[in-house]
Amino acid sequence: MSKEKNGKEIVCTMISGRTLEQAKEMHSGKNSKSYSEAVGKVYVSPLLLNELGLAEGEKIVLKSSFGRAEARAYVDPGLPHFVVFIPMGPVANLLVGYETEGTGMPSFKGVQVEVCGAC
Amino acid sequence: MLTKAKDVVCTFCGCLCDDIILTLDENRIVRVERACANGMGLFKNYNPDLLSPKIRGKEASWEKAIKEASEILSSAKYPLIYGLSSTSSEAQRVSVKLAEALGASIDSTSSVCHGPTGLAMQFVGEPTCTLGEIKNRADLLIFWGCNPIVSHSRHFARYSVMPKGRFVQDGRKGRKMVVIDVRLTQTARVADVFLQVKPGGDFELLVALKALVKGKSLDAVEAGGISTKVLQELVTDMKACRYGMIFFGMGLTMTKGRDLNVRELFSLVKELNDHTKFSALPMRGHGNVTGADQVMSWLCGYPFAVNFSKGYPRYGPGEFSVVDLLCNKETDALLVLASDPVAHLPSKAVDHIMEIPTIVIDPAESLSAKKATVYFPTAMYGVDCEGTAYRMDGVPLRLKAPMKGNRPSDEEVLEAILEGVRRC
Repeated sequence: MSKEKNGKEIVCTMISGRTLEQAKEMHSGKNSKSYSEAVGKVYVSPLLLNELGLAEGEKIVLKSSFGRAEARAYVDPGLPHFVVFIPMGPVANLLVGYETEGTGMPSFKGVQVEVCGAC
Repeated sequence: MLTKAKDVVCTFCGCLCDDIILTLDENRIVRVERACANGMGLFKNYNPDLLSPKIRGKEASWEKAIKEASEILSSAKYPLIYGLSSTSSEAQRVSVKLAEALGASIDSTSSVCHGPTGLAMQFVGEPTCTLGEIKNRADLLIFWGCNPIVSHSRHFARYSVMPKGRFVQDGRKGRKMVVIDVRLTQTARVADVFLQVKPGGDFELLVALKALVKGKSLDAVEAGGISTKVLQELVTDMKACRYGMIFFGMGLTMTKGRDLNVRELFSLVKELNDHTKFSALPMRGHGNVTGADQVMSWLCGYPFAVNFSKGYPRYGPGEFSVVDLLCNKETDALLVLASDPVAHLPSKAVDHIMEIPTIVIDPAESLSAKKATVYFPTAMYGVDCEGTAYRMDGVPLRLKAPMKGNRPSDEEVLEAILEGVRRC
């Protein structure tokens, strides 16, 4: 497990969802390395990546009140500044809330997370 | 010798595209035509060879595995049956029978996709239609919190944006496409209008739109992060179209507000029907998740989160739903039917799965199957076993079996477990 880089943690909103790569690698087998890589990514805005002092492919640590996850950072220019996107799967699920508010549905989207670089 | 199977149904997603052409060589798929990338993966990676079941990771006979599974379920105080969405409606029906025989809870993946939509339907009603109506009539398409280019890749071409319809003869040119989402997704990039809602702002936006449709003025410059002027333009388009359609996804059901967001969306559609024809459809993910809702509703009266411990079905989203039962550590044995909760449920729920005996019935050895106490490698519906599946608009389609079946079907394994449970 990587440690957090010294520096400020930035509060963001995490959303998870399907990506083409996640779906493709799911067919190759969820026990495969390529699946783990496909779901072990976090997409961030270019501004946020810059503020974190990271380059694409470097590790980010994400913490929510439900858990902690590590993922490799990639840029998605379509994301708002403080929104991060993680492909649906075991990494995103480390951060997901389990309160279902009487509906059965946990918060797979809209989870508050603190993000910082990993070393 | 090469043979061709035409008009095969792809069961990857709720589109159930029924025009796939497979080329087979000695019961192996060697070519797939017309499928999207997701459908290609489903067909091309499938190996129909008969495989042995596994008990605690070791190969075992089918008889022994059925006996072990039956004993696990019979001796459990609170068994749960979960999944159902990637199998035939015939297998879904047997899973409900098994839940009743065990006095178990039964829940489908609906509870972690469009379960909140089901709750909203029960309050407001379902302003539904078929995909055929949309293809032939819809001139305004709104995609809200969904990204079909990624999740339902042929939806645009077959049902919504692109096709030339009977009353939309210009195809794409005859339709206006609006996307409402937090992200500028692949789908948003090809829209005529993209409205970027702020995270968690959907309910506010829906309320504002409904007020504007009713002719009220807003005492605000924006709602949900979108300016009132832009919203007024959208409302003008909504009222002026001949046939409007809202497709919505988990951007509404998985985020703050959940069922309340969908309830407000259905209420908006109801208001719009005072002005023109408008419908809404959830973008259903798994190939037969709509069938899971249908079968559960026929047999139990409720679409998901049902408990049989009192001998009759009781409905309890938030109580009898998979995430709640696992996170509260209530269930002590889990049967997974054609789903992968280890990959797709919150980690706290997965932690409990790791602690209890599990039975997994699935054509693929998923993360859940890897951990299973008993794993049954079964045939894949619509590939090497026949069955019925419901398209996302509720239209049932008969699935052929283009490949020769060597493996037992989910339905057959469930029947055998049911028999075993009755003998225990």
